[in-house]
Amino acid sequence: MTCDICKKNEATVHLTQIIDSKMLKIDLCEVCSKSKGLQEANGFSLADLQVGLGAAEEITGNASTKCSVCGFTQADFKKTGRLGCSACWETFEQGLGGLLKAMHKSDRHVGKVPSKAAHTLVITERIKQLTGDLEQAIQSEKYENAAQLRDQIRELESQLKVTPVKST
Amino acid sequence: MKIDELLSKPSEWVRSDSPNSKIVMTSRVRLARNLRNVPFPGWAKKPDRQRALDLMRPVVEALPEMASCFSDSLDNLAALDKQMLVERHLISREHAAKNAGSGIVINDKETICVMINEEDHLRMQAIKSGLQLKSVFKTIDKVDTELEEQLDFAFSPRLGYLTACPTNVGTGMRASAMVHLPAMVLSDQINQVVQAVNKLGLAVRGLYGEGTEALGNFFQVSNQTTLGEREADVIERLNKVILQIIEHEENARCTLLEKKPRLVYDQVGRSYGILSQAHTISSKESLNLLSLMRMGVDLELLPAATRTIVDELFIAVQPAHVQRIAERKLTAEERDSSRAELIRQRLQDVPRPNNPPPIGSTELA
Ligand SMILES: [Zn+2]
Ligand SMILES: [Zn+2]
Repeated sequence: MTCDICKKNEATVHLTQIIDSKMLKIDLCEVCSKSKGLQEANGFSLADLQVGLGAAEEITGNASTKCSVCGFTQADFKKTGRLGCSACWETFEQGLGGLLKAMHKSDRHVGKVPSKAAHTLVITERIKQLTGDLEQAIQSEKYENAAQLRDQIRELESQLKVTPVKST
Repeated sequence: MKIDELLSKPSEWVRSDSPNSKIVMTSRVRLARNLRNVPFPGWAKKPDRQRALDLMRPVVEALPEMASCFSDSLDNLAALDKQMLVERHLISREHAAKNAGSGIVINDKETICVMINEEDHLRMQAIKSGLQLKSVFKTIDKVDTELEEQLDFAFSPRLGYLTACPTNVGTGMRASAMVHLPAMVLSDQINQVVQAVNKLGLAVRGLYGEGTEALGNFFQVSNQTTLGEREADVIERLNKVILQIIEHEENARCTLLEKKPRLVYDQVGRSYGILSQAHTISSKESLNLLSLMRMGVDLELLPAATRTIVDELFIAVQPAHVQRIAERKLTAEERDSSRAELIRQRLQDVPRPNNPPPIGSTELA
């Protein structure tokens, strides 16, 4: 059996980890297991390693896609198993979906929301509501009311621009 | 605060008066955070990385939690000091290998530690002794909330906190407990436990040693996934599993004492004998024997006050710590003899372990 990383040396370190009833398996040679820090308490997980290996191939989509912020490409992900910047998550989001589902409990965050983002979420929600109201006002020909609503929406939209938090 | 001040005393979290601290050595929670639209450290060019460090370090230093702290750029630290921080589990080996453009901020008690430009822009960690996962999470959550006021963290409502590696996206949280399981190892039950815990989506790994080997019978149990579960739920789940592990270990100890008292007394006695008399000893042997002595304290074969001595030795016998006492770089051979000397010294006032009840009284009963 050859090593999953260098594909050269004989694999002598065999590891399995079961995550949510999915079995991850990896076979490494002595050199690679050391270089990947497998003897360390910090930062070892098979999932981490696998991302850098076969799992990276699961990123689907256009191979020439490039992150507009940092210039990162899919090929770079295949090499390192790490993304280039936070904007990459948006650029490669579709392709990463399968990988995230395989790796985690779901592909949707349910934990902490930073207060800045919470603020954005509240405003976005409010804009949605007001836009609905605005349409109604126009339909029922309440133009004065509609003008007020439009101003409110503009005001909220300008607030969103000063606290830019990425929303996908 | 200078690095010498920090490293000259044992970490605050080496204490034995915390909840369940017999079996749980420490509880830790770390959060990964990144700046929005700034290249992650592994992909950033040098000037970008330096700029990000210069932006984040003053903000971290200004935290009320860091009122008295050690803070520096990694290129200012000597290799030996970095290795000591690794041996104290304050920074990762990967981080220790970094230089200019990466930094570290640690409070004076070594209970909060922030790595800057490791794999993510920020890896912040809180540590407490014993089983205190909830309170550790509270501490680090507060730090995160304070930092978020000043720094623009990358967050997506759908995917949560955005990290360099997909394994951390979402909460960016890794909660873990370091557990000491000598009786389960002695009675060959450890593999069953590891498998059972793995099935629950938690990871177990040996703390010291290579691959799956666990020197000193220490294991780290942690959550594996970060997306699709609330932080509090992850902590709760981990806490429950740790409590079960404690119960298993306690049962295994009782059973050993009941069925094989001689084995227990023999193991503890030999450990004490070798550690208190050796003139050359490897760190591997030290860790394994200290582990058995620690179990001896738990089982009241040795005085309770011995625990702190033993717990401090787990850190002090490691290579960089041994060299620091010698104040120079040592060859492996010199290290082994310095280490033995240190252990003999520290165990000087520890009495011999208790003798077992007379032959026949328990084993034949
Ligand atoms: Zn290899
Ligand atoms: Zn990018």
